[in-house]
Amino acid sequence: MSTRLIVIGNGPVGHKFLETLVESGAAGDYEITVFGAEPRPAYDRVHLTAWFETRNADDLNMVSEGFYEDNNILIRNHEKVVAIDRANKTISSDRGLTTSYDKIILATGSFPFVPPVPGHDRDNTFVYRTIEDLEAITAASKHARVGTVVGGGLLGLEAAKAIKDLGLKTHVVEFAPRLMAVQVDDGGGAMLRGKIEQLGVSVHTGKNTQQIIDGENAAHKMCFADGEELETDLIVFSAGIRPQDELGQQAELTIGERGGIVINDHCQTSDPDIYAIGEAALWGGRIFGMIAPGNNMAVAAADHITQTGESTFSGADMSSKLKLMGVDVASVGDAHGNTPDSLSYSYINQVDGVYKKIVVDKDRKHLLGAVLVGDTGDYSNLLQFALNKMDLPEQPDSMILPSIDGGGFAMGVDALPDDAVICSCNNVTKADVVSAVAAGSVTLGDLKDTTKAATGCGGCAALTTQLLNSELTNLGYEVNTDLCEHFPYTRQDLYNIIRIEKIKSFEELLEKHGTGHGCDICKPTTASILATCWNDHILEDKHHVLQDTNDYFMANMQKDGTYSVVPRVAGGEITPDKLIVLGQVAKKYDLYTKITGGQRVDLFGARGEQLPVIWRELIDAGFESGHAYGKSLRTVKSCVGSTWCRYGVQDSVGAAIQIENRYKGLRSPHKLKMAVSGCTRECAEAQCKDVGIIATENGFNMYVCGNGGMKPRHADLFATDLDYDTLIKYIDRFFMFYIRTADRLQRTSVWMDNMEGGLEYLQSVIIEDKLGICAELESEMAHVVGTYQCEWKTTIEDPEKVKRFDHFVNSDENDSNVVFVKERQQIRPASEDERKDLIATA
Amino acid sequence: MSTENNWKEICHIDAIVPNAGRCALVEGEQVAIFRVSKSGNDELYAIHNHDPFSKANVLSRGIVGSLSERVVVASPIYKQHFCLQTGECLEDEATQLKTWQVRVENNMVQLSA
Ligand code: SRM
Ligand SMILES: Cc1cc2nc3c(=O)[nH]c(=O)nc-3n(C[C@H](O)[C@H](O)[C@H](O)COP(=O)(O)OP(=O)(O)OC[C@H]3O[C@@H](n4cnc5c(N)ncnc54)[C@H](O)[C@@H]3O)c2cc1C
Ligand code: SF4
Ligand code: FES
Repeated sequence: MSTRLIVIGNGPVGHKFLETLVESGAAGDYEITVFGAEPRPAYDRVHLTAWFETRNADDLNMVSEGFYEDNNILIRNHEKVVAIDRANKTISSDRGLTTSYDKIILATGSFPFVPPVPGHDRDNTFVYRTIEDLEAITAASKHARVGTVVGGGLLGLEAAKAIKDLGLKTHVVEFAPRLMAVQVDDGGGAMLRGKIEQLGVSVHTGKNTQQIIDGENAAHKMCFADGEELETDLIVFSAGIRPQDELGQQAELTIGERGGIVINDHCQTSDPDIYAIGEAALWGGRIFGMIAPGNNMAVAAADHITQTGESTFSGADMSSKLKLMGVDVASVGDAHGNTPDSLSYSYINQVDGVYKKIVVDKDRKHLLGAVLVGDTGDYSNLLQFALNKMDLPEQPDSMILPSIDGGGFAMGVDALPDDAVICSCNNVTKADVVSAVAAGSVTLGDLKDTTKAATGCGGCAALTTQLLNSELTNLGYEVNTDLCEHFPYTRQDLYNIIRIEKIKSFEELLEKHGTGHGCDICKPTTASILATCWNDHILEDKHHVLQDTNDYFMANMQKDGTYSVVPRVAGGEITPDKLIVLGQVAKKYDLYTKITGGQRVDLFGARGEQLPVIWRELIDAGFESGHAYGKSLRTVKSCVGSTWCRYGVQDSVGAAIQIENRYKGLRSPHKLKMAVSGCTRECAEAQCKDVGIIATENGFNMYVCGNGGMKPRHADLFATDLDYDTLIKYIDRFFMFYIRTADRLQRTSVWMDNMEGGLEYLQSVIIEDKLGICAELESEMAHVVGTYQCEWKTTIEDPEKVKRFDHFVNSDENDSNVVFVKERQQIRPASEDERKDLIATA
Repeated sequence: MSTENNWKEICHIDAIVPNAGRCALVEGEQVAIFRVSKSGNDELYAIHNHDPFSKANVLSRGIVGSLSERVVVASPIYKQHFCLQTGECLEDEATQLKTWQVRVENNMVQLSA
């Protein structure tokens, strides 16, 4: 008979346990029941604050589709286990169910501590732990002006930012004399305070709340021990967590003095049939209030139960990096220098708001801890030194001092031991990365897929990239990034050369910087760069011969050598009269007609020499080139939006049309696709586009680097609630930065996956102008927008160019090889056999 | 070597843009004629216009260039390269296209049929 396994608690750690069990292949040996007190299956609590972005709980879901069903796991959400009867080996729930067990996993997590001051339970007081909490805070914020967070730790500051973003005047009240008292020291705390205040949040430290009573100008008045008062409409308590050990107490398991269910290295409690993991568990006298140790416990417990692995839990490092946007804070190890005889070095730069401190042992051999505020670039280096007890450089302060000569301190990744954890979110070691590189993962994007490194908080992306490059060198790969045999440069280099030297033709570029005649790689690449920089007509003599297949005739070549015609239908909006014109033209030239996946109409089967005449008719009727042939902006899809739709909150069609008209004709490393949805229902599928825009009540949310196609990627939320002008400004910068730095034929999705620093870095460049290039990017875009011409219109007005579309240079005949047959009342290219028959009988 | 009367006049040289190809109809066959220029010097090549991989008559519309020492055209459909001198396919040695001799006389492009 199979073992009856009961998992109590359906949070991230309980879920990790289930996943590990399933991956081990042993899940079939168990009859598994999971109880979760919350109304929904496991979700990503670490990213709880991201709920505000879409207000859609599904976006935080951690359970893949069919996970419970496929693995025969019985899930009972919204049901709490209230008692464990160890004598009879049964448990009972608050819905009256009693069931027997062989083994129990307690993954009950923790609950927020609310200081028991009088008035703590008044209306409009909250905690910050579950989706329901955030829903309640959001609802209350609609009738509030001022919000206060009690607790200035990691979570409190996260909550304060969220309340600020809800539009409330925000205060943080902290008992200790500084913010983040656990992680940072006084110097760091002071710097951090300045940063938080800059975000518009008022900070009150050293405040001991004594009671909460009715306010005069707001719902509550908080009274502090020092006699001061603060009026506020809502209060969020974030004053620490307590292990949820109620069941352990009830079942009389060994409990720590200050709470927590005591476990051994296999995560067994004092009853060997009951395991405890995650924030409810107490190991070595400590509670671990973070996800990585919880996950390690889950693996250790699963390994022990199934006997499929050997991992044990042996404590964890609690170093952390705050994931607030706009404030960089990190702490490593013994940040306070509590180790006897430890020494410290610090660096304070009040001009840029940077504070860095390292704590070393008395021999100055090993790093014990560090605090970083304002610049966390050294975080992963320092963390590796501390974790792996690596020998410090002669002068340890060189690790935090700014590099005046640009040299700076860089850790040799070669020095890291094989078991050094590179990515702590996903427990990826140096050895994992090394073997993945050896097995063929040669870009950061590949490594993310194969090892999961850098896919959590992203803090380890720089280190992972360093390791990748060093491994490639070790393996003897000469990382050849030359575009092709004719140019010893990357696409990015060529882009800069062309811009800076103002090179206007391929010939000039080849003469100055290349060899040979060029080829089908460097010619179209150069054509695209020239078009972005100078925006000449692509069929000018010197440019025409560089163009790739489709640009060459400004139409997509089909398998039989004929072409398709795709006029622009901005935003997918089209008048009946224009639709009729499309129908008439298609009929006149007998073209196959299809609605595309990009919300417009494609007419297929035009012979080269027909293109100019067909386009003449379309242009006379007010159409323009749709650039379906270019590595350039394709379409901006739209949903019907607020004009008609009962849910729409903005005019998505209007915005899509304006945006499509702004960027039409823009040449780029690969094609660009966009969409605008009128509300979060997202009918325009904006989240699979290079730039997606979703309307909100306050403006627009901007998403970037999504992709459909061969390897779909969801777009990342880049900025929220933008007004239209700011939106356009960001898109201008985003596109131009991509065009400057991407490889040839690299979509924005792959570009992002390979970007060191990822989304945060991109935000710092585009939003905060970290590189100081935004004005340049905007003016480059303004030039492209200002010099737009419809390529087809210019072409049909030039008889010399029109002649080049003829099939033969010396005859008016057509290509006899182009033969159509009818299918479903329209033409299609004849198959080879059909073609032979038809030509023979003709 | 062909005699004078084997040369067939096709078009004025200006009808072919430098570093591009054009297709000519010569005794029922489609010939892709290329004008490869560097530093003002023209070299002309002529190969069959038929792309054996896609079976479409399109090679005159490919990009010309060089790979190692060979002057080539890339098929606009699936991008195989053909040596303009010999008609050989660089990706598949077994595939060999017919070639023609071509020259310019008094600014007129001539093909030896
Ligand atoms: C016509 C159309 C299919 C249709 O009948 O619906 C189409 C047709 C082609 N697609 Fe597409 N794609 C069409 C919408 C899409 C979409 C849907 C969309 O845009 O919303 C996608 C997925 C979204 C995306 O790109 O992220 C799509 C993903 C691709 C891909 C894969 C790109 C990728 O990153 O993986 C390719 C191949 C490539 O570009 O390298 C491709 C390439 C092509 C090419 C250009 C292949 C070629 O070189 O011949 C086809 C040209 C057809 C022609 O002659 O016009 N097409 N293609 C759609 C034209 C939309 C338009 O109005 O411009
Ligand atoms: C806003 C926020 C931000 C955070 N940021 C980070 C971060 O950046 N990095 C980091 O490492 N960690 C972070 N954390 C902490 C992290 O979320 C926790 O470490 C993690 O959720 C612990 O997982 P768990 O499964 O042990 O507990 P929980 O997530 O608390 O899950 C326990 C579940 O068990 C249920 N339960 C309890 N008792 C019973 C019962 N008797 N019967 C049935 N079900 C029961 C609870 O309802 C709950 O759903 C953050 C937490 C919050 C709230
Ligand atoms: S995304 Fe929203 S506004 Fe647009 S059609 Fe769908 S429901 Fe309506
Ligand atoms: S450490 Fe968080 S993603 Fe790697």
